Amino acid sequence: MAHETAQPGLWARAQRTSVEQLHIRLESFIVLIVLSAVMAVLSPFFLSLSNFLNILLATSTIGVLAIAATYVIGSGGLDLSLGSVMGLSGVAGAYVAVNLGAPSPVGLAACILAGSAAGYVNGQLITRAFVPAFIVTLGMLGLARGLALVISDGRVIYGLPALMVYVGQGRPLGIPMPVIIFVITAIVAHCVLAYSKFGRHTMALGDSESAARAAGIRVERHRRILYTLSGALAGLAGMLFMARINSGDPTAGLNYELTAITAAIIGGTNLFGGRGSILGTMIGALIMGVLQNGLNLLAVQSYYQQMAIGAVLILAVFIDQYQVRKESRV
Amino acid sequence: MTLLTLSGIRKSFGAVDVLHGVDLAVEKGEVVGLVGDNGAGKSTLMKTITGIYRADAGSIEFDGTDVLPLDPGARRELGIEMIYQDLSLAKQQDVASNIFLGREPTRKLFGLFPGFIDKARMDREAASMIARLGAHLPSINRSVGSFSGGQQQTVAIARALTFNPKLVIMDEPTAALAVREVQGVLDLIRRLKSEGIAVILISHRLNDVLAVTDRIVVLRHGRADANLATARTNMSEVVSRIVGGGDLSAAAMHEQRG
Ligand SMILES: Nc1ncnc2c1ncn2[C@@H]1O[C@H](COP(=O)(O)OP(=O)(O)OP(=O)(O)O)[C@@H](O)[C@H]1O
Ligand SMILES: [Mg+2]
Repeated sequence: MAHETAQPGLWARAQRTSVEQLHIRLESFIVLIVLSAVMAVLSPFFLSLSNFLNILLATSTIGVLAIAATYVIGSGGLDLSLGSVMGLSGVAGAYVAVNLGAPSPVGLAACILAGSAAGYVNGQLITRAFVPAFIVTLGMLGLARGLALVISDGRVIYGLPALMVYVGQGRPLGIPMPVIIFVITAIVAHCVLAYSKFGRHTMALGDSESAARAAGIRVERHRRILYTLSGALAGLAGMLFMARINSGDPTAGLNYELTAITAAIIGGTNLFGGRGSILGTMIGALIMGVLQNGLNLLAVQSYYQQMAIGAVLILAVFIDQYQVRKESRV
Repeated sequence: MTLLTLSGIRKSFGAVDVLHGVDLAVEKGEVVGLVGDNGAGKSTLMKTITGIYRADAGSIEFDGTDVLPLDPGARRELGIEMIYQDLSLAKQQDVASNIFLGREPTRKLFGLFPGFIDKARMDREAASMIARLGAHLPSINRSVGSFSGGQQQTVAIARALTFNPKLVIMDEPTAALAVREVQGVLDLIRRLKSEGIAVILISHRLNDVLAVTDRIVVLRHGRADANLATARTNMSEVVSRIVGGGDLSAAAMHEQRG
């Protein structure tokens, strides 16, 4: 057996421990801290409890979408329809509650159902019609957005019942409801991805589809479940957003897939599948949340924020690929 | 007792006709060598047995069950395991995850939620399986992609043996191994045989095939072209059946290469 020629340094050891035990990239954690420090210096409002809750509140929607992105990208797939499906779900829930007069729980369930249905269609098309995920979900991006506009007649649906608004604006113990729901979702998603058979199979699938198939995993069925799950999570994000802004907005979630995928990639999800963790993704989502919040506090125009997010995505993939190449170089 | 019976197996990939009616039988505890030129269809035939490919025609019976309607997972349950030529490992996952992929031991999380992996047990059993094979791996917790080809082959072998198989198909299991490890695999095949486990060995190293098998089947032109009892054949006969006819100069060439 070959011996390591040099003792691994402290940094390498810390990195290995964090990657193996917590499944996160240490770098992203440092980026989060540095970014927060910079924002704290630049803006006197940044370091306050209310702003902290603001960041968490903004992160809750993106975070739920990023969880979906982690599962799907980790499995070697892609879901570009996250933002649009989120918009459709919010409109569906508002329409059912306001226009059809259904009780609040039905309205909330309608959000999740609409999202799941869109995800189910994605999964069917990808695994039964053999259309690539990139095309199917790009098509769904257009379809879901269009459907949201058709249902709402292009207008924002106002006047949600009180219980629905509570889900977005209630603050038990001072903590916003969306943050509570988001954190619970993240914990469950983490346990399932890291420790359950389903989660392990998801990553194995992204690692090597042929290995998963040879091992007896029902690959197509697993993918269908994943896309439906992704849609359901987009529905949950749509529900949280709708309840928070107290209306069904057909343009909600525009370009959110970009932010969600970026959060997942920053968090260490392998763009080509096989690696990823919810813990890492949560750090990625917080980085995106802090970035947006900070740029807002500094009154940077939203056009520039879009540019910043796009640039961060490319940079994150660049760094990841750079490290992969460095490791495989002799 | 016959464990596996293939009859009339046909398979084509679009216009490429690979198998045109293969018949093959394997007895319980028998070691069968499957040889043939590159591209003869050996791997394709084996993948129709494990269910990776669906045969276009023919029947496959294993241990009294018609396995054609079953998916690869169900066929593993029946006791068919295979070490694939490309190993089929999930390179970013660790040793235990690969060995137990699809068959993870589970427990209840917080004693409540089923379907969670018993990682401690997996690691323990994976380590003992590797040790039982007499192999050395740098660390059981590293992703298998960081291992050498031979070490990866060890993981693939361990995966095939962990779940009490009745038939183990080995597609070039020694291709990446050093001399000592090759001997290890041959000993392993003998041990499996003594435990009543059947083995189909695919290898271009005819010396190994002759040393360890009971019977040698030659695949040629999409058919099981020859069926030779190992005790009553020799290298030059096998080679000439592989390259076809009595072309002895071609046979000699092949022998030199192999
Ligand atoms: N998935 C596939 N799609 C199309 N053609 C295939 C596929 N798999 C195998 N083939 C073709 O089938 C033929 C037999 O291939 P196979 O891999 O079974 O040969 P083999 O006997 O295992 O060869 P080797 O000794 O080189 O491993 C080849 O001509 C190959 O090109
Ligand atoms: Mg082959």
